[in-house]
Amino acid sequence: MVETIVNILFSGIFHASVLFLVAAGLQLVFGVQKIFNLACGSFYALGAYLGIVFVKYFLSVGGPPVLAILPLLAAGFVLAIIGPIIERGLLRFVYDRDVHFQLLLTFALLLMIEDIIKLIWGTYPLSTQGVYLAFGILDIFGASIPVYNLIVIVASIVIAGIMAHILSNTRFGRIIRATSDNNEMAQALGININNIYVKVFTLGTVLGTIGGALVIPSTAAMSEMAVDLIVLAFAVVVIGGLGSMKGAFVGALLVGILKSVSFAVYPELEMLLIYIIVIVVLVFKPQGLFGTAT
Amino acid sequence: MKKTGIVFLLLILAFLLVWPFIGPEYQVYLTLSFFAYSVALLGFNLLFNYTGLLSFGHALFIGVGGYTAAFLTSRFHIPYMEVSILVTILLSGVVAILIGLICVRYIKIYFAMLTLAFGMLFHSFLMKTYHLTGGDEGMSVEQPYLLGMDFSSMDQMAFFSGPYYYYSLGVLILASIAMWRIVHSPFGLCLTSIRDNPDKAEYLGIGIRKYRLLAFIISGCFTGVGGVLLAPITGHMDPGMVFWTHSGDMVFMTLVGGFSNFFGPMLGTVIFITLRDVISSYIEYWRLIFGALLAAIVILSPGGVIEVLTNLFTLIRRKIMAGENAS
Repeated sequence: MVETIVNILFSGIFHASVLFLVAAGLQLVFGVQKIFNLACGSFYALGAYLGIVFVKYFLSVGGPPVLAILPLLAAGFVLAIIGPIIERGLLRFVYDRDVHFQLLLTFALLLMIEDIIKLIWGTYPLSTQGVYLAFGILDIFGASIPVYNLIVIVASIVIAGIMAHILSNTRFGRIIRATSDNNEMAQALGININNIYVKVFTLGTVLGTIGGALVIPSTAAMSEMAVDLIVLAFAVVVIGGLGSMKGAFVGALLVGILKSVSFAVYPELEMLLIYIIVIVVLVFKPQGLFGTAT
Repeated sequence: MKKTGIVFLLLILAFLLVWPFIGPEYQVYLTLSFFAYSVALLGFNLLFNYTGLLSFGHALFIGVGGYTAAFLTSRFHIPYMEVSILVTILLSGVVAILIGLICVRYIKIYFAMLTLAFGMLFHSFLMKTYHLTGGDEGMSVEQPYLLGMDFSSMDQMAFFSGPYYYYSLGVLILASIAMWRIVHSPFGLCLTSIRDNPDKAEYLGIGIRKYRLLAFIISGCFTGVGGVLLAPITGHMDPGMVFWTHSGDMVFMTLVGGFSNFFGPMLGTVIFITLRDVISSYIEYWRLIFGALLAAIVILSPGGVIEVLTNLFTLIRRKIMAGENAS
């Protein structure tokens, strides 16, 4: 009994830690730029695919599988390059437009990235064979927990800590919060808004790509992973509250654990349950658990 | 409507009437999905353009219509198209009331997200109830009777390019007239005033939520009927029809054609269906090109292709007028 509970809990927290990274990126961009980025799932998918490429290369030049986390993180960071390209190339034209058009532009991005992935990597699922098990399995209260999952959980907590530190203690963080509160005032005080937007969007992108890169040893990369994930990330931010980092954290934990509980208890209910909770939250607390946006 | 507009519409109608005789069989078959989506988008755009609410879950109503047709024709063996349409209007209305009561309390991004959530809720419902809906296998849709007439002796293609073609066209014309009347009625004007200035509309005594809810219900019914029309064409309904990307396709069509024009979405369906067919016959990556097109439309011309065309048209006419004045 205990081992089942531990198992469910850990797999839930593992899901949650990846979801948190993507959702945090979504929140950051929404908080500052007020754009709900439907393409955040696509960044996640890109991270996953490039992660596989990097890991395969790393292993082929004789890198030990136990250090495979390094090429994965590298893949996530390399993809930072698409942040400025998308922000400067597309998003900056729609900041003063109706929210509907901003949403649609990110939908266009999602369509494009989905096919770019198919174009480069084909439509068959890809995976990093062997890496996942190379980390071994830990025995906790009789439950066997893959060590890799623990590493991802720790990595995600560390990233969450760094994010919290940046946002609350650094000058850059204060500027971000000021801009998200009132961008006109921030601009009047001499903050280069465009510069902030590029940086924030890139940061949001990297959170998504790292999320994708980290998850990939435990599963297979598929072209549908983008559209599947956005629905989950969406559930996370709705439950947690749009634009709130704390919300992303709690929302991810809730969705992640709920997903693994319902998967273990009654798999039929898995997604259904999450949508029902999303709707209940939207109805009774539309700003989410921690949201301030209206 | 201006005179040139009416002449233009009549020309298109005349073309559509003779199209099955002159067009290649396959293109005529594609025209059927154009009719179906056009009816569906009439509903979608009542919300998006006239009420200012973007639904990212409208494929749900296509699903309601399509699955109604599937259930009635293949489970209950009631092949009458009219029955399917009436039942769909009823069901879509009920579903729209239930969902709408919750959704219309919100606008903008929250409305879009709530409708997306309900669409996905319906999607997983369809996936999980395989004993009823066949899960991801879906259900087959039998060839319907039109106006009580059985065409099952006819060849499938002949049925599509003959009776079913004119039937769909008829439904589209009726639906367009109905929607035209709706958006130009006092009710329609109330909706646009709510869109433009909700505070002022409320101040003038318009019950905002009530009107939004009514718009949502009407919208759902039209999209549902579009779903019924679509079902026999594919002959099959599966949960993919309700997945949120299909709702995205509908948004895409509306925007590319031009959401701010009554006929814009129809042009959008033509562009979407033709382009997808043409591109996917060359390369399989039609989404890449569609995404680029959507991005270009959003950034450069939010009014869609129809706005570009009308601007071009007035420009040419002005040129001609200027030429006449000079001579």
